[in-house]
Amino acid sequence: MHELIKLVFLPAFANEMLSPLSDSAIGNFDGYKIAITTDAFVVSPIEFPGGDIGKLSVCGTVNDLSVAGARPIWLCASFIVEEGLPIETLERIANSMRHAAIEAGVSIVAGDTKVVGKGACDKLFIVTSGVGVVQADLNAKHIREGDVVIVNGYVGDHGIAVMSKREGLGFETEVESDCAPLWSLVESLLYGCKTLRCLKDPTRGGLATALHELAEAASVCIEIDEDAIPIRPSVLTACELLGIDPLYVANEGKLVAIVSRDEAEVALSIMRSHPLGKHASIIGRVIAEPKGQLVIRTTIGSRRLVEPFSGEQLPRIC
Amino acid sequence: MRWVSEFRDGSIAKLILERINELAEHECTLMEVCGTHTMAIARFGIRQVLPKSIRLVSGPGCPVCVTTQSDIDRFISIGQIDGVVLATFGDMVKVPGSKISLRDARAHGIDVRVVYSPFEAVELARQMPNRKVVFVSIGFETTTPGIALAIMQAEKERLRNFFIYPANKLVPPAMKALLSFDDVCVDGFICPGHVSTIIGTRPYEPIATDYGKPCVIAGFEPLDILQAVFMLLMQIRYGQAKVENQYRRVVRPEGNEAARKAIYEVFEPNSVEWRGLGLIECSGLKLRSKYEHFDALLNFDVQVPPTSEHPECQCGRILRGAAVPTDCPLFASACTPEHPIGPCMVSSEGACAAYFRYREVSLS
Repeated sequence: MHELIKLVFLPAFANEMLSPLSDSAIGNFDGYKIAITTDAFVVSPIEFPGGDIGKLSVCGTVNDLSVAGARPIWLCASFIVEEGLPIETLERIANSMRHAAIEAGVSIVAGDTKVVGKGACDKLFIVTSGVGVVQADLNAKHIREGDVVIVNGYVGDHGIAVMSKREGLGFETEVESDCAPLWSLVESLLYGCKTLRCLKDPTRGGLATALHELAEAASVCIEIDEDAIPIRPSVLTACELLGIDPLYVANEGKLVAIVSRDEAEVALSIMRSHPLGKHASIIGRVIAEPKGQLVIRTTIGSRRLVEPFSGEQLPRIC
Repeated sequence: MRWVSEFRDGSIAKLILERINELAEHECTLMEVCGTHTMAIARFGIRQVLPKSIRLVSGPGCPVCVTTQSDIDRFISIGQIDGVVLATFGDMVKVPGSKISLRDARAHGIDVRVVYSPFEAVELARQMPNRKVVFVSIGFETTTPGIALAIMQAEKERLRNFFIYPANKLVPPAMKALLSFDDVCVDGFICPGHVSTIIGTRPYEPIATDYGKPCVIAGFEPLDILQAVFMLLMQIRYGQAKVENQYRRVVRPEGNEAARKAIYEVFEPNSVEWRGLGLIECSGLKLRSKYEHFDALLNFDVQVPPTSEHPECQCGRILRGAAVPTDCPLFASACTPEHPIGPCMVSSEGACAAYFRYREVSLS
């Protein structure tokens, strides 16, 4: 997919707002710093423990704006509906979008609906775009050696919750998706923490890919401690059964924050006092070498590189 | 009991490592013969914490990797026949054939379905009575019972549009065979935990008694593997060669008789080619005559030209432990998981994939 973007879309559209390929594009307009983003949602199944494609489509876009330090204000939503989808299902999903939007403090102000023939899409696809007003300059370029890496809770819940309901892969687990709008948590961090360098939401590709991207963008090494990463025992067990690494499993209500060492405890306590950060944990640190790499200290004391996600490990997870 | 985290305890690992250090006087090479072990060793960085004198090498433990190039070419050709749906485990999709992989073939229009269980392939056959569903049947003793049951189910339902491409293999004959190679030097085996769940401990006895090689059946968590290394070093220190079972919480000495019964109801041993090891007597499984109408090779006439592997690809030597992935001139340069040349780089249990994905960095 990355290759497609590089080979086809970047050459076609290249401009200075697009080229960094960050979660949101940021531009100045009439004295305001505006963030804009868009995301397509094709998750299967469309309803899963802890959420559905509607909630996901609001949270995903809200979170892309939030981690860019932007207060989300408006969303647009387009629906591609497969002929035959029960109207009750669509109502349930619209309702869940409404709740998520209220929670995130955004309005869905424009949209489009297309109904396509049976087989032309799978039940329902949603595309959301969002606009936010930038409140803080968060950027991987601010990351410094010695900074600390914090995650706001258990990783891997979303991917495992969706996988557990996949046709042909059914296994029983009580895990629910962590799908949630992160703006209010981000806002608390922005107010309480002066040295917040940057934020990132570890969605598709999981924690490993998100941290790897940060290390690469900042030209530093991020070192994480395997023992410190919060993973639910049920998620760990499901990952072992499926032969996948929880570090690559998608999250939809998680963020990683990089802050200065001096403010690590402050940031941690802000997170832990927020409902979406109760299980926040310091999971690592920024070191000098090897530049652009993510390194893990394993439970048995060895150190190895962690590669970013590649290939098609979990298709249609968001 | 959570069955995972307690077997990853760093403080217990340290204690076992102290004992291992006391025993590691002489250089020795231990071979793991299971792809899951290969991945676990790399993922937990076990090589790095072991004394330098202990060398861990991978054997023919990845079922995708030991499948020959001609088998791969042949089932891709079957997939290209009109009306055929190829059902396969996901690992096979990216493995390069002589010209193309299944992934490339899919992009050119052949119908490839990834399944997690052979029963899903049977279900596909039920759902598509007008198509011919061919399941690419690979795997060792662990995977084969499920395939055998799926075939028995298909027979019960008289499903005549379900077939398998038979390429299942047996581990113990390959372990014996690789000891006959001049370039292979192994002082002890970390035996496969999952396979042993089915076959039990007895099939390894000749490797210990006739070939004098210590064998320890091991689990897949870091403490399991470290304990297995310790047990092997103890045998080596005291000049013993026996079969021990470290994975007693899962593997019973007698194995799983019901599973073996299912295998041998449907299959019988035959001599087959392994990548890297050549023809090994009684190391494969073919359908018994009662079930041979499910054999895709007897139902589809495919001719593939003689195949050749990339001249520099070291998968063959890596699969018998005569080389490690970093010895290969193509490793991480011409051959990467995105653009694999040999199967060991692309299978989720391949030694090259493990080395590539979990590269060690110094402890400082």
